[in-house]
Amino acid sequence: MKIKNIRILRRVSQTIFLVLFLFLLLKTEFRGTFKKSEVETIRLNYPVRVFLEFDPLVVFSTSISTHSIYKGTIWALIFIGITLIFGRAFCGWVCPLGTLNHFFSHIKLRRKGAKLIKSNKWKSWQIVKYYILIGLITAGLFTSLQTGLIDPIPFLVRSLSVSILPAVNYGIRGILNGLYQTNIPVFQHISDFSFAALGSTLLSYKQTFYHYSFLIGVIFITVLALNRVITRFWCRGICPLGAFLGLISRFSIFGLEKYPEKCTECNRCLLYCQGGDDPHPKDRWKSSECHLCLNCQAECPEGALKFKFFPSRKRTQITPDFQRRRILTGIVAGAALVPVLRATSGLTKNYNPRLIRPPGSLDEKEFLKRCIRCGECMKVCPTNAIQPTFLEAGVEGMWTPMLIMRIGYCEHTCVLCSQVCPTGAIWRITEEEKLGIKTGKPVKIGTAFYDRGRCLPWAMDTPCIVCEEFCPTSPKAVWLKEEKIVKRDGTVTTIKRPYIDPKICWGCGICEHVCPVQDKPAVYVTSIGESRSKTNQILLEKKTDTGKK
Amino acid sequence: MEKEDNNLTRRDFISRTAKTGVALVTTGVLGYWLKKRERFPGEVELSTTMNDFRVNLPANLPDIVIVRNSSPAELVKSAINELGGMSRFISRGDVVVIKPNIGWDRVPKQAANTNPEVVKTVVELCYNVGAKKVIVSDVSCNDARRCFRRSGIARAVKSVGGYVILPEKRKFKDMKLGGKVLDVWPVFTPFVETDKLINIPIVKHHNLAGATMAMKNWYGILGGRRNQLHQNIHESIADLCNFMRPTLVILDAYRILLTNGPQGGNIQDTKEIRTIAVSVDQVAIDSFGATLLNKNPEDFGFIKKGYERGLGNMKLNEMNIRKINLG
Repeated sequence: MKIKNIRILRRVSQTIFLVLFLFLLLKTEFRGTFKKSEVETIRLNYPVRVFLEFDPLVVFSTSISTHSIYKGTIWALIFIGITLIFGRAFCGWVCPLGTLNHFFSHIKLRRKGAKLIKSNKWKSWQIVKYYILIGLITAGLFTSLQTGLIDPIPFLVRSLSVSILPAVNYGIRGILNGLYQTNIPVFQHISDFSFAALGSTLLSYKQTFYHYSFLIGVIFITVLALNRVITRFWCRGICPLGAFLGLISRFSIFGLEKYPEKCTECNRCLLYCQGGDDPHPKDRWKSSECHLCLNCQAECPEGALKFKFFPSRKRTQITPDFQRRRILTGIVAGAALVPVLRATSGLTKNYNPRLIRPPGSLDEKEFLKRCIRCGECMKVCPTNAIQPTFLEAGVEGMWTPMLIMRIGYCEHTCVLCSQVCPTGAIWRITEEEKLGIKTGKPVKIGTAFYDRGRCLPWAMDTPCIVCEEFCPTSPKAVWLKEEKIVKRDGTVTTIKRPYIDPKICWGCGICEHVCPVQDKPAVYVTSIGESRSKTNQILLEKKTDTGKK
Repeated sequence: MEKEDNNLTRRDFISRTAKTGVALVTTGVLGYWLKKRERFPGEVELSTTMNDFRVNLPANLPDIVIVRNSSPAELVKSAINELGGMSRFISRGDVVVIKPNIGWDRVPKQAANTNPEVVKTVVELCYNVGAKKVIVSDVSCNDARRCFRRSGIARAVKSVGGYVILPEKRKFKDMKLGGKVLDVWPVFTPFVETDKLINIPIVKHHNLAGATMAMKNWYGILGGRRNQLHQNIHESIADLCNFMRPTLVILDAYRILLTNGPQGGNIQDTKEIRTIAVSVDQVAIDSFGATLLNKNPEDFGFIKKGYERGLGNMKLNEMNIRKINLG
């Protein structure tokens, strides 16, 4: 096949993977499909977490931190294998963030000619990503997994789910609702039609809102904007996944063969170089930087460059120019990070009582070894309860999931967050396990408490008990006592006042969600009693097996 | 030459003056117009609406038809038959909206939502007499997608060609209920923009109201902060019944929830009594429903209020009740 055709093939591959990625991301939501014959269980129709499971850095970093490989993340070995044969083809052919960076680097190129050629030469700062990787992996080795902050796949899933898509939704809804509210039939039809067309694709079932969505969006847009300054800046200088694949690409048997005698120094090979890997025949090719975009070979008019199996390595540099001292700095920084983070109170002492993790989450220390902050759980949560933390879980836990009951609540029989979690930070549980049907012990995420100074029946002699109505357990964790009260005017009457049975309450938070005292609810959930913790408990109870394997 | 450049030509003078003039006048006019629009941003005045979907019926019809001991579909069919068939209520070409109770993320045997077979049969009966479109909807308490799916209602309705509408925010409209406690509330518009409306509640225990049946089922047309309604639950139920006058009420008591209501969860709290009751009087049918929970109509504040306000009859002994046993 001609090299130009292979380049077209690469573009097709990039497009397919990007579209597939976006498709699966949009399908990370239960939309209410009523066709399936099964009624009892609700599952997503597509394997929405595959991109995360196929991410080599996810499997590498979590196996460093947990000494094991969780379920589907084993699939990433496929891309590790491909890299061992071909080099960083993942970056140039598959990675959806790489494709977006590629697109924004090249649409209406700002630099031209000599400037463009110069900017695409290898730069010494490209080595920074390796030090970042080394630091992150060392931290992972010492039980704090931070790769997800900038691992491209979790980064992209999080940025789109938590910020970009909700913003797009808000914009479209704003326009369509505006059309609908005009009360002009034509506009209403346009609005209805658009909702019907977009409702099962781009639009989510209802508008979602996220904590710190703005910040996450700004970071993402900055990453895209940097492409306008330097082609694929993220991929060249920051991406720890690129660094990981670059390191293992030293074993690849496929690569660039240079024929310097044919070279006329036209520099065309540098015009569209993605990786900044010096494909010029007179330079040494930095194989760990190359994305295998094949632009250099396709552009070369003299045939002085050729990708082939078993190329000679005469003009190739397979390891980046490491400086031993900087590697050491990376290791020390990564190693020091963990004790510095952990010696801060928060994880073990004086932790945030409102840090309520999704049902099935592992004990906090184990959780932090696994959570890659991809935001899949936040995207899939039907009530929008799962939110990214900022500092609620400490600096160490930034963008990890927590439930905010004022926004949503944990739906009694829903286990979708545990189903989409790729790394087992939220262990995969079934409805039966969540409700403790066999064990008699449901998965608790917290316990509810009354603020009797704000509760209507307690403080204002007014009947209410919406919390009792909504309490989903059977028997209800919210129970009522009919009490005789003397009102201000002296009349004697009875009122039902709510109490919590902490043995039954599992912390779903629907009581807090529906409490009519809207701004600061009179009933609220804190994490005490959560199944995942041995220490964060009130009641003296013999802990039994939670039913997890 | 520089001097010449600075010379103002007549043409230039006129054109620039005109542009400045237009800008000045526009600013002035716009300012005046906007100033005149100044008013306190309050609520828009709405007029009270009453949604009356009742049809004219012959006087000799029974007030309540009660059918027992058969399958849900048979019970519904024979009850409607006894009232003269669905064609008495639904005309050819009608859009019919059905309001079951799909409040909770529960499965049918937990008896927290209306029986899906009952709903399905009603959809079929409506289509059989020539309804143009039959829509089923509810504003659920739990996540609507889960409620509609797990209750089995969405699937049952779709299997016979009915339409399922999930509540969506843009289709709520502020309406003036003009009640004693409920004034302006957001109402889910499909329930009021229709030709006929059928209420299909289930009989369930409810700790504050005592029970939830036909009258309380109207909570499910409201959006907004409906958690405040509990503060005066009986009066707000009566307000809603005054606002909504359905074509027909079909009380599903095939399997009822006796305790832990309104969402239950434990099958031991339910009881299969295989009963369906049909009426056009929402107060009357709730009065009968009360007896299924071994209580009297007088035990429920909302029934008494409904009766006092003339919304229906609660005196079971005054009514013409037709009882059928298919067992």
